[in-house]
Amino acid sequence: MKKTEPISRKGGFGISLMPYSAWSLLFVIVPLIFVAYYAFTDDNFRFTTENITRFFTATSAVEGDNGTVSEVKTYVVIFMRSLKLAAISTVICLVMGYPLAYIMSRAKPRAQKMLVTLIMIPMWMNFLIRTYAWMTILQDTGIFNSILSCVGLGPARIIGTETAVVIGMVYDYFPYMVLPIYSIMTKMDVKLFEAARDLGCNSFGVLKRVIFPLSLPGVLSGINMVLIPSVSTFYISQKLGNGKFFLIGDAIEGQYIANNLHFAAAIAFILMVILLVFMGLIKYFAAKFVYGGE
Amino acid sequence: MHNYHLIEFKNVSKTFDTTEALSNINLYVDENEFLTLLGPSGCGKSTLLRIIAGFELPTEGQLLFEGQDLTVIPPYKRKVNTVFQKYALFPHLNVYDNIAFGMRIQKKTEKEIEYEVGRVLELVNLKGFDKRSVDSLSGGQQQRIAIARAIVNKPHVLLLDEPLAALDLKLRKDMQIELKNMQRELGVTFIYVTHDQEEALSMSDTIVVMNEGKIQQIGAPCDIYNEPKNAFVADFIGESNIIDGVMLENYKARFSGHTFQCLDKGFAEGEPVDVVVRPEDVDIVPVNNGMLSGNVTQVTFMGVHNEIIVDIGGFKWMIQTTDSVNVGERIGISLDPDAIHIMKKSEYSGMFGDYSSYSNELDELSDPGREE
Repeated sequence: MKKTEPISRKGGFGISLMPYSAWSLLFVIVPLIFVAYYAFTDDNFRFTTENITRFFTATSAVEGDNGTVSEVKTYVVIFMRSLKLAAISTVICLVMGYPLAYIMSRAKPRAQKMLVTLIMIPMWMNFLIRTYAWMTILQDTGIFNSILSCVGLGPARIIGTETAVVIGMVYDYFPYMVLPIYSIMTKMDVKLFEAARDLGCNSFGVLKRVIFPLSLPGVLSGINMVLIPSVSTFYISQKLGNGKFFLIGDAIEGQYIANNLHFAAAIAFILMVILLVFMGLIKYFAAKFVYGGE
Repeated sequence: MHNYHLIEFKNVSKTFDTTEALSNINLYVDENEFLTLLGPSGCGKSTLLRIIAGFELPTEGQLLFEGQDLTVIPPYKRKVNTVFQKYALFPHLNVYDNIAFGMRIQKKTEKEIEYEVGRVLELVNLKGFDKRSVDSLSGGQQQRIAIARAIVNKPHVLLLDEPLAALDLKLRKDMQIELKNMQRELGVTFIYVTHDQEEALSMSDTIVVMNEGKIQQIGAPCDIYNEPKNAFVADFIGESNIIDGVMLENYKARFSGHTFQCLDKGFAEGEPVDVVVRPEDVDIVPVNNGMLSGNVTQVTFMGVHNEIIVDIGGFKWMIQTTDSVNVGERIGISLDPDAIHIMKKSEYSGMFGDYSSYSNELDELSDPGREE
């Protein structure tokens, strides 16, 4: 019998990948090299690690609530704040998104389509407009406070607080949490739930012993897709935080605008390395402990 | 002895939206019975099984279990376990944890679990497979694990939903014997769903033949085969020639232009009936000695026998014979009284039992396959 020729990698695949390869070389790989190059050079393009060390050592004076002034490591503090807000947003997205994804995946096909569309609609609107909309909603005389006042709870100060920044992040990145979890849940075999009930599980048991473990790869990818953009976001914090909560993305933007290209590149480079390590760790543990997490 | 059946269906009906899946089912199952629900795809057999498991609620009627009303008890509180058609093993758990699943919920000690898992793995001939992932197992092995996972919980009834449908022929035959032995060894009631009549005949104590949501016949395999109640059962179980006939008097039937002696009685004189003749019960004789005669239109070599189609007065008969005959040859046939089975006319009369459009290939193509 004649064996069929395997599709040659160099042939069919190679050609069809050409456009993307060219694109990624030009707009992903080359810029990354430039970022690294700028991060490790000074204004005269001589090698230096000064930009990197500056990130970890630069200090500034901060006035505390009681008037005392203390020295803090500027960028480390900014980075930790970014991480904190991103982590809070991710947890909120997960807590709200997981049950929603489950309900969607068990709904009738027509309801599923409608719910997916509803979740996607905000993504059709421009990111800036969405953020501006939140500004009007959350400001002291905005809709939110009007409602609070009406029911006798407000007004509350929200705009310019960390809460406002978190609300903005959750709103913007929520679909990225729901959709991967939803997608993995629709693929689950209903027979597995029946098997679990047959073997003695009540509804909570089915969730705990079957649905949750099988949905973990979706959860991990949702966490990746929310945490990483929220760590590096800058616009939301400026608009909803009134610029009081300088995040790492704001720092990069600020340095760039101030024409400190090398230091901006260094911050971006460090952020990238940290995120890469983080993603690597998630991948490693997923492959080791999560079914389907390779 | 108690005076109730292990499982009893009382006037159970089930309607999905507007289609009736089960209509007025009355059925009981006794302890240690191997009962098979047999029927084509969509006949309601799986729905019946799912009602016992608790995955579906009957629209009407009652399900009794050991004398207690079980109709609305949720699945996890029932003393039944299911072996699913495509096994439904948990892919995120290894073999050991799959089998231990039920016992962990019952909060058995790990020591007890270890002992029980070892015991059932031995029973299904998969000793030493504890740590394997279920994805790495063959279909037959997954099947055994699915059985082990169910029986380890010591159910009073084991429900099997076409468990062998996904296996190849040889493995299926082996597993049939194994399942039957396992049932005897465990002393557990098996309720087995299949569309494969051979499987049903070879394994069951009792067969329930179903079609269109109704029970057509309940009986032991040989009764179902030898004494089918209507044309549907006769056609579904094995091959049958079903001929229009008239009962002249007790033990005397007329069909195909000849009067035959038979063993059936109790019909009205001159009552129109369906006559069943199994292909293997027809004797081929020289034309002059035959009660009937006809031309051979098709001969198929089947290994053990030849399957031939004979045109007798425009009606095509199937005959299985070890004699060798040729297409175009004229042959006579002779029927002993016990080769003839008389059935009352039913809604299925005239729908089955004529081999004029017969082809092995077509039969295979229209196999109902697995039921969802």
